[in-house]
Amino acid sequence: MKQRTRRSLAIGLALALAIGVTSVAPASANSVGAACAKADQKAKVGKVKVICKQAGSKLVWTDTRVRTVEVSANAIAGGKNAQTASWINNFVIPKFTLANAQKGIQVKVNFTPKGIDDNAFKTQIALDLSAKRGADIINLDGFWIAEFADANYIKPLGKVLGAKKVKAWDGWSQMPKSIQGVMTYDGKLYGTPSGTDGRIIYFNKQLFADAGLPTNWQPKSWAEILTAAQTLKTKLPADVVPFQLNAGTGMGEATAMQGFLNFLAGAGSLIYDTKTKKWQGNTKAVRDMLTFYDEVYNVKKVGNSEWQQLAGEAGRNLSFEAFSKGKLAMIIEGDYLWRGPINPATGNYKMQDRNTNVGFARIPSQTAGAGVNQQNFVSYSGGGGYVVNPNTKEKATTWDLLQFMNSEEAILAFMSIGNTVRITQRADVNAVTLTADPCLKFVFDRAIPVTFFRPPSSDYNAVSTLLQKATADIVQGKTVAETAAAYETALKALVGAGNVTSN
Amino acid sequence: MATEIKAGSRTDKSGNAVLRGGAASIFLSPATIIIVIFLVIPAFWTIYLGITNYRLTGFSAVDQEIVGLDNFKRALDDPAFFNSLKVTFLFTLGSAIFGQAVLGFFLAWILFGLSKRVRNTVEIIVIAAWMVPSSVVSFLWIAFLNGDSGTLNAILGSQTRWLIDYPLESIIVFNIWRGTAFSMLLFSAAVASIPKSHLEVARVAGATRGQQLRTVVLPAIKPYILTDILLITLWTFNDFGPYLLTAGGPGQETELLAVFIYNNALRFLDFGYASAIAAIMLLINLILSLIVISSGRKRS
Amino acid sequence: MRNPFAGDLEKSSTERITSALFVVIVSLFFLLPIAWLFLAPFDGQPTYQLKLSDPGLGNFREMAENPYAYRSLLNSAIFSVGTGIVIILIGAPAAYVLSRVKFKGRDVFLYFLLLFSSVVSGSAAMVPLFLLALRFNILDTYHGVIFIIAGGLLPAAIFILKDFTDSLPKSYEESAKIFGASSYRILRDIVTPVIRPGLAVIFVWAFVQSWGNFLIPFLIIRDVAKQPAAVMMYSFYTEAGQAVIRTVAAFGLLYTIPVLLMYFYVNRKYGFRFYGGIKG
Repeated sequence: MKQRTRRSLAIGLALALAIGVTSVAPASANSVGAACAKADQKAKVGKVKVICKQAGSKLVWTDTRVRTVEVSANAIAGGKNAQTASWINNFVIPKFTLANAQKGIQVKVNFTPKGIDDNAFKTQIALDLSAKRGADIINLDGFWIAEFADANYIKPLGKVLGAKKVKAWDGWSQMPKSIQGVMTYDGKLYGTPSGTDGRIIYFNKQLFADAGLPTNWQPKSWAEILTAAQTLKTKLPADVVPFQLNAGTGMGEATAMQGFLNFLAGAGSLIYDTKTKKWQGNTKAVRDMLTFYDEVYNVKKVGNSEWQQLAGEAGRNLSFEAFSKGKLAMIIEGDYLWRGPINPATGNYKMQDRNTNVGFARIPSQTAGAGVNQQNFVSYSGGGGYVVNPNTKEKATTWDLLQFMNSEEAILAFMSIGNTVRITQRADVNAVTLTADPCLKFVFDRAIPVTFFRPPSSDYNAVSTLLQKATADIVQGKTVAETAAAYETALKALVGAGNVTSN
Repeated sequence: MATEIKAGSRTDKSGNAVLRGGAASIFLSPATIIIVIFLVIPAFWTIYLGITNYRLTGFSAVDQEIVGLDNFKRALDDPAFFNSLKVTFLFTLGSAIFGQAVLGFFLAWILFGLSKRVRNTVEIIVIAAWMVPSSVVSFLWIAFLNGDSGTLNAILGSQTRWLIDYPLESIIVFNIWRGTAFSMLLFSAAVASIPKSHLEVARVAGATRGQQLRTVVLPAIKPYILTDILLITLWTFNDFGPYLLTAGGPGQETELLAVFIYNNALRFLDFGYASAIAAIMLLINLILSLIVISSGRKRS
Repeated sequence: MRNPFAGDLEKSSTERITSALFVVIVSLFFLLPIAWLFLAPFDGQPTYQLKLSDPGLGNFREMAENPYAYRSLLNSAIFSVGTGIVIILIGAPAAYVLSRVKFKGRDVFLYFLLLFSSVVSGSAAMVPLFLLALRFNILDTYHGVIFIIAGGLLPAAIFILKDFTDSLPKSYEESAKIFGASSYRILRDIVTPVIRPGLAVIFVWAFVQSWGNFLIPFLIIRDVAKQPAAVMMYSFYTEAGQAVIRTVAAFGLLYTIPVLLMYFYVNRKYGFRFYGGIKG
């Protein structure tokens, strides 16, 4: 072939090749999340395969790998904790999915709803974690953290996701350290708390007025509670119960949180001393606490003994019903009572005059300054939160989701779904929402600052039950001395004699 | 067991001409596999846990140690365990032996003498009580026994808080209601199997109904009585159902052994202790069975 | 069998009256607690009282707001039918063998299995069962639940079925054997038809046990779409543990009806007896 022809042929071939190659080669994408032109077109960003997908109103280069994250909580639509279930299904999942899609990341968030007894839920989670399975984000009650951590089922948040990454979140600045305490054990944070609560004395202002008691009542000692109760008993009709103090084993932890824990603390001792690692046995504080119960149920008879002896939640529900109908003058409860059962809009025992007729008072110590830390008043707080499964395979996405669930936007959405106000984990949200609700404002301003948390020990559950039984014994008429002695014997059998204080 | 049958032989060592070795093994193997995997292994594993300090959470979840008979010693020192034992024995005696068996027998006996229509109707009602799922049944009885507006109080015109003041009696009656159907059915078949001639002879000889019962009926159905007592005693002794009515309370007045185990397992996650109690229950079941079986042999 | 006492002139009137009284009282005793189940679900404001005020179907509508309510009833059916079938297919041949083949310690062996089944159906066995299911990779599966429940029921089922086959005379089987029939054909064509009523009763018994079983599905199932009604029932309680009577009553009724229907069907077709198989 002549030289010139060969050269033109070569150039022509090269040109053809170039045109051919460029027409079938994938379009170049510079980054995941960048805008693209044609739907379903494929490309590569470095090693990552991407495809052009619709995200909201735009087309973006989207990573083809779908990240699946599972969230588990004891909540189910149309049933238990329906508000949480609704929030996760209707707000968290759609918003989070869309936000990621717009950044070119495909996420699939699965919510495993459940509606079972809390103890049963805890057992299921423990079994799953022991088998290194389970959801990526799990809703746990704060006082389970200790035993799950001891069993190595969960690890501190920093260890699971990387300490630097966790620290980098700006949400921490909005989360008061006292509320972070809900999910803290042994100085380490295990998850994000979902708010907290507090205990106070609720009273019916009308009934107090009828009995000649002040409607801005604030007792400063146990004696003042008993005096008020006696006045109510004398001045009010016989079908009005003066005072509800949770007792017995039927109400479970409600007897502890709304009952004896406050009165132990008010007598100067916490149930467990983290320094000496000893539990309160037959001590003066325990006897004083039991004496208070004795005064209420046996000596002055200002409580309803029957309610304390019913199985399960029956007794507690009866007390709610009575309070909502103005047949119970005083009750020690958490802010749950206000938000839930007696809520005039959504409660099971709607109290129409809740907003005008209910007064709040802090729980006093035995006498001024007699409480733990020389406090004049006490309260107890609980709460739960979300932990990250140490076996999670999608660390980055899980952490993103957790941050999103704790964002200001998400928490405001949660409250608007249930149309209720709660003490949340974010100070910015609280500042806005709590001002409107007198009860929660009172709890947040006056009770939370003097509050205590239950001890982070795997034995707590069993010890609590022993004390619940002790209060049950008092309600059934046993003497304080006998009950305290029996309690200490059982306690020693449970935790070992060397771990018990007596005096 | 299959090895005692010579394969291919017309009759095996026990004179059994019907089943050959191969077939017997095939018929038995699926049941054997399932029973070994899902019954025998978990049962032994549970008993093994009884000698450890295993808990589902806490340090003992990862660091469990064999503690020998410590859990059993703990049970023997535990007043709650003895209370549970007492409650369970009373419950079993009252509701199984004096309740279901006796009521079931008399139902079967009396219905036998009535028209088919009446018998079918009554049987349906009694069996319905047995078939309704536990979580529903407990709700029905909580409603029935309710202190303020329950049906029982409405009938009696009282305001008794049955589940609080008479908890053990309430769950005994509840369990009789729940379980009589089985005994009734069993005795119904038993009575039907008595040869008509024996009853005729007794009747002609002038025996009263009571004497006929004692001399003809009861001896004839003795094996049925034995089987019934054995099964319902075991089932009642291990029954968990009343938990849904009283949650073991008030206090621990109705904490049956099955409830005691449940509380230790699901509330305290103390599976080591719960398993030891289960092992003790197994022993008691064994003793109970031996008592029932040997008393049957004695009479013959 | 003809009742030797039917139409018996010897029956005195006191006997008749006491029998009648006994039957009426006992029937009321069994009927009264159930009555609530047929009224409360239709009551707009149900309480523990036996009443029907404000009748309507509102409670059912509210129950259906739980998207898994109806689905859970289907799951219960799957678990229960599965358990019944497994018990029959596996238990009947085993009962037949144990009935025909005498070996040393046969009865003792059966009694021991019966005793072990009580350990395994208690809460203490939860962890071993869970770990076994994990090992065999049957967690969160239908067949996992079916096999575990069946395992616990097999000893009692075999115990009762064996009594059915014990009462069957061996003559038919022996003559069939002489004519060269295989054991399998004997089981299928001769034994099964006669003990069919017993098989039906055991099927219903296994069905009912599985239908009400909370512990095993709670232990094994995590996917809410597979949850049976026994577990789903508790989602109609509030987080404080209080039952929402409206939805609990409605769901309770729907949860109960299939079991009653099944009993009626079997009773009609075969008669419901634990022994003999002869319709009385």
